[in-house]
Amino acid sequence: MLKLHYNLEKISMGLVGAIIVVASVGGIVEIAPLFTIEETVEIPDDLRPYTPLELAGREIYMREGCYACHSQMIRSLADEIDRYGPYSLAAESAYDHPMLWGSKRTGPDLARLGGKYSDDWHVAHLMDPREVIPVSIMPAYPWLTRSLDRRLLAPGLATLARLGVPYDDAMIENAEADALAQSQPDSDGAAAVQERYGEDVAVRAFDGDPARLTEMDAVVAYLQSLGTLTDAAHARLAEGTR
Amino acid sequence: MIATLTLRERRIGLGLSILLAVIGLGMAALARQGPMAIHGAMALVLGLGLVFLIGGALYDHPEQGRERLARYYDAPTRLGIIMALFWGVIGMGVGVWVAALMYWPEATPLWPATSFGRLRPVHTSGVIFGFGGNALIATSFYVLQRTSRARLADSVSPWFVLIGYNLFCLWAASGYLMGSTQSKEYAEPEWYADIWLVVVWLTYFALYIRTLARRAEPHIYVANWYYMAFILVVAMLHIVNNLALPVSWTEAESFPVWSGVQDAMIQWWYGHNAVAFLLTAGFLGMLYYFLPVRAQRPIWSYRLSILSFWGIVFFYMWAGSHHLHYTALPYWVQTLGMTFSVMLLVPSWASAGNALATLNGAWHKVRDDATLRFMFVAAVFYGLSTFEGSFMAIRPVNSLSHYTDWTVGHVHSGTLGWVAMIVFGAIYTLVPKLSGRDGMAWPQAVEWHFWLAVAGTLVYVVSLWNAGITQGLMWRAYDENGSLSYSFIESVEAMRPYYAARTLGGALFLAGLVICVLNCRATMRAAGSRADSADRPLAAHPAE
Repeated sequence: MLKLHYNLEKISMGLVGAIIVVASVGGIVEIAPLFTIEETVEIPDDLRPYTPLELAGREIYMREGCYACHSQMIRSLADEIDRYGPYSLAAESAYDHPMLWGSKRTGPDLARLGGKYSDDWHVAHLMDPREVIPVSIMPAYPWLTRSLDRRLLAPGLATLARLGVPYDDAMIENAEADALAQSQPDSDGAAAVQERYGEDVAVRAFDGDPARLTEMDAVVAYLQSLGTLTDAAHARLAEGTR
Repeated sequence: MIATLTLRERRIGLGLSILLAVIGLGMAALARQGPMAIHGAMALVLGLGLVFLIGGALYDHPEQGRERLARYYDAPTRLGIIMALFWGVIGMGVGVWVAALMYWPEATPLWPATSFGRLRPVHTSGVIFGFGGNALIATSFYVLQRTSRARLADSVSPWFVLIGYNLFCLWAASGYLMGSTQSKEYAEPEWYADIWLVVVWLTYFALYIRTLARRAEPHIYVANWYYMAFILVVAMLHIVNNLALPVSWTEAESFPVWSGVQDAMIQWWYGHNAVAFLLTAGFLGMLYYFLPVRAQRPIWSYRLSILSFWGIVFFYMWAGSHHLHYTALPYWVQTLGMTFSVMLLVPSWASAGNALATLNGAWHKVRDDATLRFMFVAAVFYGLSTFEGSFMAIRPVNSLSHYTDWTVGHVHSGTLGWVAMIVFGAIYTLVPKLSGRDGMAWPQAVEWHFWLAVAGTLVYVVSLWNAGITQGLMWRAYDENGSLSYSFIESVEAMRPYYAARTLGGALFLAGLVICVLNCRATMRAAGSRADSADRPLAAHPAE
């Protein structure tokens, strides 16, 4: 064995080849099966993709680095289920390019944040967290009141569709209009958003002002959608406790 | 830089600079707005600057003769060390600042670029890629030449690698401030920066292999195995993890091709092996050269080096899934990750033990020489951090430690205690040699730096141990009625003293680094303008 290595050390490309082969095994064994086994690829019937407004909010969530302090992955531990709700399933983030499971909880987990607080609470909290929670250490995001840039919504949806997220042509075509309509409950387009993305989609003036479409609208719409894209996790937990 | 090149090489350099300027102009013109346009403008300015620098001095210097081939080429190493120190100050400075923000959140200025979430990747990328990456590239050029007894295969590509790599670092850091990020931890830069890094990296690999092919030593020294594993596996990880579809070819926005659980597994396969092959393998290469050289003792066991090298290359690649315990990742993958993480302790401690045993017979030098002491402490922290890492990868331990500041403390025990310490050891060995001197300009400042670094690391790590374990216990505490004892915000409040202490620890470490920078500046200044003062004939240079 030592003799073999003694000779290998004399051949640079031999070392290169050996390093590549030896280093590849672990990744191949652990990653390749994830693309085929049921546990990781089965998608619940009721799972919907994000609306354009929620997707825009998600991009802002990433832009501001929210994922550095908030996880979106409830572990299958009793205290986490008691604190945050049913543990997260693989299927729930099946359409998430990229996933935002996170690795650190400087703030609480957000996987089931949707519906826990009112829109007003979120707006006040994002504008100045210490106004709402005096000892919070979250930064304030007052610049979210600026207008939402909608240029990349349609191409974004189209790109995700190419990656397998079920956005149809009508969704892509109407992406910009749908983003606006979702924040204007009294507009003509509001019903069309629910028709395309489902009755449960929240159509509200998220930042309180239907006249302007802001980044705040997008972020709050996204935060309110977290954990509401499918009922699979609640169903799974109910099944387990029965 | 220019004085060391032949006229032909200067012309090639000029051509490459023009090409860079054109690429930058193209990017800026196509994108027209947003981060990509600004990054294009940066490349344009850098390219034009190099055009003037090289073009202006094209015929100024005497032509290099063939005798230069009998000397080592160390000018790129010098630039690499300067860039490592530059990024070190930026990365650690931002680190201390964001640590202070966690204690004092009102201090955040109310404009987007200085928000915690945007500065945090500037810290991580700044220290990992800027400080660590530049230090690895710089020392790898030096070590490769000495252990092969051969000059770098050509004189243009080392500059291309260094300048190109630092352009990547600049794009990364400035992109985050503008909000351009893929959000994948430690792989945040957008698609065009990722592609650029692949080009730079392939050049680096080609340079390494071509230089090895010229070696006068039949055997490839163990330090080079590690540097090669670093180059190869980082390329693999970078390409697979960053596969993405741009929204448009003129926008700094893309969607990764991976999603959900597959994305999580690939992300942490990448993330943990960035730790393995950038922050461990590369720096082990550094250790395996500079520690024996400084202690003037041969490596204790050759067999143990072989065992630990292949153990690290094989085992590490399985360990990433320990970042995903109790998540939606299938249970068997978590179990594999945990098992291999524990087994990883064997090659890790073999390396650390090999380094420490090498110091046998040189302990008086460890006592007297702060530079060697840096390397000794690095080996000790390497052993401690790898033990802690294996321990934290065990599922029930992880249930407590995950998502808490314990993980952050663990990372810093590795990065401050191991990575930065071995870099400082290498820098204090190299800078005098590159400046044609026997020692640093201010030898006593090395002592000061050493104690500041050790104190800073200990304060930081101990405070975050306390922070993390407190958080973990508070989150899972139940009262007698069977309900959770603490709200989340109570656990945040409990962190205040620990966050203050960790900021202090970071500040001490940063102060040490600043002393190091000033010391290196004084040492390099004293060397004057003799560009190749460290060059010595290869023949007079037996294998070190």
